[in-house]
Amino acid sequence: MTAPLLEIDRLDIGFGPLSAVRGASLQVRRGETHCLVGESGCGKSVTALAVMGLLARNATRNAVSMRFDGQELMGLDEKAMSRLRGDRMAMIFQEPMTSLNPAYTVGSQMAEVMLRHRGGTRRAALDRAAELLAKVRITSPGMRLGQYPHQLSGGLRQRVMIAMALMCSPELLIADEPTTALDVTVQAQILRLLADLQKDLGLAILLITHDLGVVARTAHHVSVMYAGQVVETAPVADLFANPMHPYTRGLLSCVPVPGKVRPGDPLGSIPGMVPRVEHAFAGCAFRQRCDLARPDCAGTIPRRDFAPGHDYLCQIEPAALVTA
Amino acid sequence: MKPVSKLGLWIGAFIVGFTLFLAIFAPLLVTHDPFAQDLSRRLIPPFWMDNGGLTHPLGTDQLGRDYLARLIYGARISMLIGILTMVASGLLGTAMGVIGGFYGGRIDDFVLFAITARLSIPLILVALAVVALVGSSLTVVVATLGLLLWDRFAVVARVATMQVRTLDFVAAAWAAGCSRSHILLREVLPNILSPLAVVATLEMALAILLEAALSFLGLGVPPPLPSWGLMIAEAKDYMFFSPWVIMVPGLSLAVLVFGINLLGDGLRDLLRTGRTT
Repeated sequence: MTAPLLEIDRLDIGFGPLSAVRGASLQVRRGETHCLVGESGCGKSVTALAVMGLLARNATRNAVSMRFDGQELMGLDEKAMSRLRGDRMAMIFQEPMTSLNPAYTVGSQMAEVMLRHRGGTRRAALDRAAELLAKVRITSPGMRLGQYPHQLSGGLRQRVMIAMALMCSPELLIADEPTTALDVTVQAQILRLLADLQKDLGLAILLITHDLGVVARTAHHVSVMYAGQVVETAPVADLFANPMHPYTRGLLSCVPVPGKVRPGDPLGSIPGMVPRVEHAFAGCAFRQRCDLARPDCAGTIPRRDFAPGHDYLCQIEPAALVTA
Repeated sequence: MKPVSKLGLWIGAFIVGFTLFLAIFAPLLVTHDPFAQDLSRRLIPPFWMDNGGLTHPLGTDQLGRDYLARLIYGARISMLIGILTMVASGLLGTAMGVIGGFYGGRIDDFVLFAITARLSIPLILVALAVVALVGSSLTVVVATLGLLLWDRFAVVARVATMQVRTLDFVAAAWAAGCSRSHILLREVLPNILSPLAVVATLEMALAILLEAALSFLGLGVPPPLPSWGLMIAEAKDYMFFSPWVIMVPGLSLAVLVFGINLLGDGLRDLLRTGRTT
């Protein structure tokens, strides 16, 4: 197997006394989509921002290592980082309505990215922009280039964002909830588009979402985050077939499955709420909400292997969990 | 949109545009030298009064200078001071506001302190003191007013920047590898220009009034330059027998300031309704 394009090893992010991400590790390979799932505030988005070096000034970032195509990102200076951003790694955001600058036309915003990283003439950059707009299946791209963001619908804007992210042919695309703000039909179109682009361009995609439906449709690998930790990592089929961590199981039981859940049956829910995690926090963050919690859940939690590429963070052995 | 506010915008734009036209083409419009004195023809009334004539449509002042010519050249001074002060204070205030709002923390504390300090300074008094110390000239008046009127620009720019800074397209610009100066100048600044345009009109009106006040007190532009404030000051001794000498520049000043304010109000309504779509 080839080396992963992005390799995060034990990333820690803190905001003052609070710990947002604790020892998160994950790997994204070329041509693959890695989904990062979890509820609001579990640290998905800050993980993505940490990769791009875009954390707010009051945040602290630490990691054993964070490599992009073999290059260590930790300790890389701002100048080198901004050369990578938008060129070899690109990011798209959740809100297509506000992600484009209202003061410029679509064309000039797209050309700007190209001119910044690759130089060349404005004409060439605009041609490239038109080509990419066609690639994200926007009709009459030449006309769209001259339009302002407020003249486009949400779905169109998200396509423009994706096209803009692809201007310099990045190797890694980080998508932070790219479809959350869109309605379901448009959402399906955008996800299909991302999958097709990935096939064409060999993109590595780190997709952040809280929607397990999106995960099932797009992911190759999944990491489930809870309270700043990656509690389970698995190939997507494995995760849905054999969820190990009690939190993953809880999440999956919240989703109605046609055929399995009868109409009228209550949906699953996870009792309690996410604890406030400070730096000194020890033990499993899920133990107050977990049916299987034991006294030793307050101690150090081991990472256990269930199958190749499938591991989880829990006190309970695989054999005991499978029967639970 | 209400038709009334649109009407105001057009009236304001017409008044300001017309004054600007007078100011720019002053030498082509006047038939008399505004500085030429003729004591034999002093205090001639304007054309609508008895003894008035069309040789001097607005009459002459106490030194026999053509009043229309002086009024038109006075528009030049008013507009020059209004625009230059607006630009100078606008640049200073916007720069401070944007930097404070964008960086936050210590830098913002400093900007806020500067704004507070500036607000505690009485305008006229400082302007008087500076002019009294340095002497009066057009440059001194513009520099003094420019250094005093930036506070509203800074307040508005700072708050608008704080709002724009958190929007996703700024984050997207960072993610696209844009530099800090690019984000300040090309992402943030264009999106805060509309409130600043409204402030600019208000500050321009204020600058014109302050110049008139300083000139009236004898500390603005030095005579014989035909400033409207100076014309009012020189006319005050004759106001009981020749009331038009004080009415003409006074009314002009009031109409111009009124026009600028109408323009600012109309602009605000126009930009606000443009925003909600």
